[in-house]
Amino acid sequence: MLKSYMILSIILFSIGVVGLISRRNIIVIYMSIELLLNAVNLSLIAISADLGESSGQIISLIIIAIAASEAALFMALFVVLFRNRGSLDANLFDILGEKHD
Amino acid sequence: MTDAQLLNVLLLAPLLNALLMFVINFSFKNVKQFIYTFFALLGSGVSAIVAIYIAFINYSEHKLLVSHLFTWLDISNFSVEVSLRADALGSFMILFVAPVSFLIHIYATGYMDKDKSYGRFFIYFNLFVFFMLLLVLADNPILMFIGWEGVGLISYALIGFYIEDVKNTYAGNKAFILNRVGDFGFLSALMLLFVMIGDLGFSFDAIFAHLIGVDSSLLSFIALLLFVGAMGKSAQIPLFVWLPDAMAGPTPVSALIHAATMVTAGVYMVARFAPLYNMAVDVSLFIAYIGAFSALFAAIVATRQYDIKKILAYSTMSQLGFMFMALGVGAYSTALFHMFTHAFFKALLFMGAGVIIVAFHHKQDIRELRGIRYSVPFVFLMMFIASLTISAIPPFSAFFSKDAIMSTLFASGHFDIFIMALVASLLTAFYMFRMVFVLFFSEKYQEVTQKSSKTMFYPMGILTLLTLFSGFWNLPEIFGGNLNISHWLHLADKSATLSHETEFLLMLGNTLLIVGVIYYAYKKYAYADGIEQEKQIDFLTNKFYIDEIYHVLIVKPLGFVSLFFDKTISAFLIDKSINNLAFLYGKLGKLFSRIENGNVRFYALYILFGVVFGFIYLYLLLGAFL
Repeated sequence: MLKSYMILSIILFSIGVVGLISRRNIIVIYMSIELLLNAVNLSLIAISADLGESSGQIISLIIIAIAASEAALFMALFVVLFRNRGSLDANLFDILGEKHD
Repeated sequence: MTDAQLLNVLLLAPLLNALLMFVINFSFKNVKQFIYTFFALLGSGVSAIVAIYIAFINYSEHKLLVSHLFTWLDISNFSVEVSLRADALGSFMILFVAPVSFLIHIYATGYMDKDKSYGRFFIYFNLFVFFMLLLVLADNPILMFIGWEGVGLISYALIGFYIEDVKNTYAGNKAFILNRVGDFGFLSALMLLFVMIGDLGFSFDAIFAHLIGVDSSLLSFIALLLFVGAMGKSAQIPLFVWLPDAMAGPTPVSALIHAATMVTAGVYMVARFAPLYNMAVDVSLFIAYIGAFSALFAAIVATRQYDIKKILAYSTMSQLGFMFMALGVGAYSTALFHMFTHAFFKALLFMGAGVIIVAFHHKQDIRELRGIRYSVPFVFLMMFIASLTISAIPPFSAFFSKDAIMSTLFASGHFDIFIMALVASLLTAFYMFRMVFVLFFSEKYQEVTQKSSKTMFYPMGILTLLTLFSGFWNLPEIFGGNLNISHWLHLADKSATLSHETEFLLMLGNTLLIVGVIYYAYKKYAYADGIEQEKQIDFLTNKFYIDEIYHVLIVKPLGFVSLFFDKTISAFLIDKSINNLAFLYGKLGKLFSRIENGNVRFYALYILFGVVFGFIYLYLLLGAFL
């Protein structure tokens, strides 16, 4: 039973990673991050249930709480980014890197 | 005062006064001249009085005075102490170094009167006294080396004292660089000594006590290296070329540093290491030969010099050669006795030259200075006495000292050295009286253009008295004396005795020959135009072209090598390789910076790679256990 939960968790995580890397829309990137978090949550809960021990479930509850507050921050961030560039294309926000050419 | 306090006062008085004058010179403009005069004379005067007192204590009570100031280095069982000791040799040295310095300080206040760098001059002069006393009183070779370098530094600063003329600066550089060659020898010798016996203590006493343990050929090598240091400082062949050029400095400097005190440091050093030289007999003989060649060479060159100070400079080199001859045959106290009398008469001669130079428009050529006997009668009298003294006419001081050297050389059995010394001594009489007769014995009359101040004459008077009478202190047995100085110094002299008849005959012969030479010089130069008729032997006037030979043999190749390194090795090999390396890293950096493009999604990808590789690694690692 644990095995199928873990496989589901890995599938969710992989989808999240692919989304994070391949999509340009920042909102979709955010959703991918949430997907990653929840994949981890799922595996935590599954392992915790399997071991008959509650700490994993508590950790995942905390993670959900943090993800909620994070969501509020991200919303604010989207607004600011959009005001600055008029777009939410992640490729536009590359001022960290050195400019070539 | 206790012994230690006496020594500290002796050493620190000139240093503190020099520092004080430096602060004054640095902080205020237009300082009244008498302030510097006061401090300069205070510093050197206090040290002169204390030095005489210390020497008196040591002489009368045979008491070793020691002052331990502080420990400089303390590394496990090796320590370098900054401590002073006045044994017989040290007290004997300060006995003439400090008072002669004081007298020349007094003289210099007159000579440097109204000079715009009056303060700077006396800062150097007082510092010189400090370093010279440190050199003489040092308890270990390392402290001695500090004094040694210090006097070299002051010598450099004072040769180039008139910095307006670049030639003086070159002369200073020449002195400094040539002394560097000598110092290299000195320092190498110290290092060798340290490696061999340094862990048993490094004071002079400890070194001499453990010399037995050193391999004899190595000991000779150390002795030779030490003598290279002495060659540099005491202007012996082949490191002498700086001394004639050093006359570019003010005349009191020539009198104090380049005649009476600093140049004798080499002689002092060899005498200080007497136990070492007694064990290295072959090196001692080498020293004697170098001394003989130097004495002869300098005397020959001096016979065709026209600059009054250059004549005296070569004379100094020649007299130092005499001292080294005596050291070489193991007659250490004889050499020191000659150093003692030499300090007085040579300082006197230089002071006389200084008065003449000031009085007659800064002319230094003896041909232009003819006929000044009645314009500067006192100077004539003093220089005449000093010339008689240096020519070893009895009963003046140098007669006793030089005769002691001659008889030791004769007794040592090295007749080649003796003959060279004899010829050098006759030439000494010749060139000194050539100078005296040309300067003072002529029908011409020259008016003094600038009156010298009285302060210049008092110290000259005192030095004249010392020149006349200091020799009686070390009267040999043949005259009913008992060699006070030699007994006091109690050095490791190798005595070779001569019967009284032989010694007397030798003395008589010497003196007669010298009188004959003086008569010849009188016929040739006094009231005659011998000096104008002198054939210009370029070979001699140009001092055997030694400077030019050194230039071709040493300076040119060194310059060539430096240029080669500068233009070829440095520019192509080193600069190019370093530049290319920098270029390579620049390129690499550019390449890698493309990874960091600022696009967050790529960073996420890198993290993914990192995690994947991390997992693979962990899997392989843990897989081994599974």
